[in-house]
Amino acid sequence: MDGEELTEQETALYDRQIRVWGADAQRRLSKAHILVYGLKGTVAEFCKNIVLAGVGSLTLVDDRVATEESLAANFLIPPDENVYGGKTLAELCCDSLKDFNPMVRVLVEKGDLLSFGVDFYSKFDVVVVCCSSLATKKLINAKCRKLSKRLAFYAVDCKDSCGEIFVDLQLHRYSKKKLEETIECELNYPSFEEAISVPWRTLPRRASKVYFAMRVLERFEEADGCKPGEISADDLPSVLKLKKELCESQSLSESHIPDGLLERLVTNGREFPPVCAIIGGILGQEVIKAISGKGDPLKNFFFFDAMDGKGVIEDVSSSNTGS
Amino acid sequence: MASLHQFSVIKGSKVLMVGAGGIGCELLKTLALSGFQDIHIIDMDTIEVSNLNRQFLFRQSHVGQSKARVARDAVLKFRPEISITPYHANVKDPNFDVDFYKQFNVVLNGLDNLDARRHVNRLCLAADVPLVESGTTGFLGQVTVHVKGKTECYECQPKPAPKTYPVCTITSTPSKFVHCIVWAKELLFAKLFGDKNQENDLNVRSGDAASSSNHVEDVFERRNDEDIDQYGRRIYDHVFGYNIEMALSNEETWKNRNRPKPIYIRDSLHDEPTQQNGNVEKNGGTNDPSSVSAMASLGMKNPQDIWSLKENSKIFLEALKLFFLKREKEVGNLTFDKDDQLAVEFVTAAANIRASSFGIPLHSLFEAKGIAGNIVHAVATTNAIIAGLIVIEAIKVLQNDTKRYRMTYCLEHPSRKMLLMPVEPFEPNKSCYVCSETPLLLEINTHRSKLSEIIEKIVKPKLGMSAPIIMHGAEVLYETGDDLDEDLLASYAAVVDKVLSELNSPITGGSMLTVSDLYQELRCSINIKHREEFDEEKEPDGMVLSGWSQASVENDGNKSVDHNAGSTSESLTVETGKDSEEEIVPGKKRKLYEVSEDVTPSDAQEVRANKKLEVLDEDDDIVMLDGEDFGISKKKIQSQQP
Repeated sequence: MDGEELTEQETALYDRQIRVWGADAQRRLSKAHILVYGLKGTVAEFCKNIVLAGVGSLTLVDDRVATEESLAANFLIPPDENVYGGKTLAELCCDSLKDFNPMVRVLVEKGDLLSFGVDFYSKFDVVVVCCSSLATKKLINAKCRKLSKRLAFYAVDCKDSCGEIFVDLQLHRYSKKKLEETIECELNYPSFEEAISVPWRTLPRRASKVYFAMRVLERFEEADGCKPGEISADDLPSVLKLKKELCESQSLSESHIPDGLLERLVTNGREFPPVCAIIGGILGQEVIKAISGKGDPLKNFFFFDAMDGKGVIEDVSSSNTGS
Repeated sequence: MASLHQFSVIKGSKVLMVGAGGIGCELLKTLALSGFQDIHIIDMDTIEVSNLNRQFLFRQSHVGQSKARVARDAVLKFRPEISITPYHANVKDPNFDVDFYKQFNVVLNGLDNLDARRHVNRLCLAADVPLVESGTTGFLGQVTVHVKGKTECYECQPKPAPKTYPVCTITSTPSKFVHCIVWAKELLFAKLFGDKNQENDLNVRSGDAASSSNHVEDVFERRNDEDIDQYGRRIYDHVFGYNIEMALSNEETWKNRNRPKPIYIRDSLHDEPTQQNGNVEKNGGTNDPSSVSAMASLGMKNPQDIWSLKENSKIFLEALKLFFLKREKEVGNLTFDKDDQLAVEFVTAAANIRASSFGIPLHSLFEAKGIAGNIVHAVATTNAIIAGLIVIEAIKVLQNDTKRYRMTYCLEHPSRKMLLMPVEPFEPNKSCYVCSETPLLLEINTHRSKLSEIIEKIVKPKLGMSAPIIMHGAEVLYETGDDLDEDLLASYAAVVDKVLSELNSPITGGSMLTVSDLYQELRCSINIKHREEFDEEKEPDGMVLSGWSQASVENDGNKSVDHNAGSTSESLTVETGKDSEEEIVPGKKRKLYEVSEDVTPSDAQEVRANKKLEVLDEDDDIVMLDGEDFGISKKKIQSQQP
């Protein structure tokens, strides 16, 4: 790849990771621009990873003010009200992240993500949204897809012991090493809307239960009009009712969405820090793969549940079902 | 998961973390966020620039400071109410004894070397404290749980030995770049700049010297009338020219190999003036010897470039000259250090010139440095994931949730759709000399060998005991310690120097020795079996220990050169589907077998009789584990991409 060589300072700082992904990938990283929305614990983990990796810039969007709950799994915010009082989550996280790596620009963008136009998105190579409503995920993903340039879209969520990552790289070309050779590969991703429209009964019998549970919660929040994460134990009966309806309409056995799993997610929707670290770590790795164009990226969902300890990839796209 | 019960378990616990590096920084952060309130952390290291890309609790301004202390201060900024006790000390320090370990509910390891891992394992066993062990290399990692009596201990399985190479491969028949690096670092660099009295396998005789039998001259001695440029050129011609010619004269060696090509300075630098090479003055700006660089004097900047033979030759001469001009005081007692720029330049150039001779592809300084320094590939993301998994496992241990303990592998390529793969832990190995009381067997010639040989060849290196006490029946034959009086030390010295069968109470076939370590509370028995002869090639120690597990080492000669003795890999034995053996430690842990989804358990059982099937949950997820012949076969996890 052409472009400037890494500086001596960069080579010294990034020595250990250049040994993992190569100088070429490091150069691409240093030119990549990332946008994140929803600064909870999982995204804080992701931001740390990507700033350490040495991306070009990271832009944070989250106008909410800090509350005790928002501090729970977020190590970027000091718990002193004198410090966090009055500042937005994005501003607070920005202050900490800048410190991690002076070679990365960390910025705050104020305003409502949904109102930003296509021009705004065109400045970025990667967009990550966290803890967003069904409508937000669909809309932002659609905006990313309208651009003439290719933009990687990720949606993440952590609840209780579970975490989910959705990936849309559109048409992704990359290289990977197979034995001694480097081979070129291509993957075609569905949008979020397309992916979740895939009929449940066509998914593999052993598809992750977390996938279905997250879709039930998403639909419940949409129907109920409550904000993501505001769901509580009182909602459990309604959630279980919705699950039954969805399973019936999708011809899926109800045993695929255990009540116990939904109960955990509903009654304890808070992030669990070890899961934030795991999901933020996998997401960081995936974004590095997408930017560098090296190595198989995951397609197109990843799930982790601390209860069974498995970190599973599910391909939920119409072209790939029934196989 | 985050139930109230669990929260109280976390709050009331006291945990010990060993290591505040790549995994340690992530682990301390995640422990603090998860509600742990009493954390002790040991690390003897100070912060370096190459740590900053992943050890996120550290900043440029912290370089040189204690990792344990800086990590504590950084975490207290976002969790000021918790207690973190740092120790800037070696975990093998006698203060960290069994009583120290007993105060903790669980010990969490984020270490980078086998020696310390073994030490902590033994103390955890002695103190009966559960241990969660971890390791990462690049995108690979693993977390394992070791609870005395319930799961295997860290040493129940063979561990990879440091990679070694037969001497003849290094001195005469290199076939890979790493062989050239080992030659440049362990032989040439050591000969020129290290201790002159150390044994070295480099040919030091010149043609003239060999012919006059009463005068053996070491060509590496600088002659009185010789200036440094002449000296460098003479060394160059000797090691890359003359020595290769000598090797070529042995036709037998080259029957089935490509013949190397001798390289002389007049050929590789033919269009250069004979005297002037680099501009030493470009280094004149500073007097700091550690910043001296041959690349700087020659105006070369990019460590990623692969130099030509001519450039390598120039660097070779320039680096040699700079050592003698700018760092003369150190010459004679230098050892290779990956952070010593000039040393890395010299070794890179020398290895590349040798590689040219043998038709081996050349490498950049960056790559050569990684190979020569055994630098571990490390990224923040893997460490973060592994730290998350450690905390999850630690919570299960605190809850005493034995049934749900898992070892988890973090993979680079998915296996059966999994990037994070949990596996049920193994039961303790009944013949493990560390966690069971099974005696070891030592075959030895009791009429010839001395106790000192047992100590140096077996007890210290193989059993990993640094302060051993050896007993024969009730008699103490040997012990170490600071508080022993001189008479006692003298009597021990006399005992260890005697042949075994000539001791006051002779050690012969059928004797049993008891060996323990002052600081590890590990005691094991060694049964002695007398044997007259040993194969010099296959049994170079002149004694054979069995019942002790170490992975077999790829080694076809009797003598070998340690490549990474005291290796500082952050890795454990990582399972992968990778095809490259070079980067992954050899002699792996028990293999995990993949059973493709359409194989039913009964089929699978037929395929591999004698193996144990583990069904992890109600799904038909089957992970088959190799129960018996661990570490021998080399099956890999097969990647299955949908």
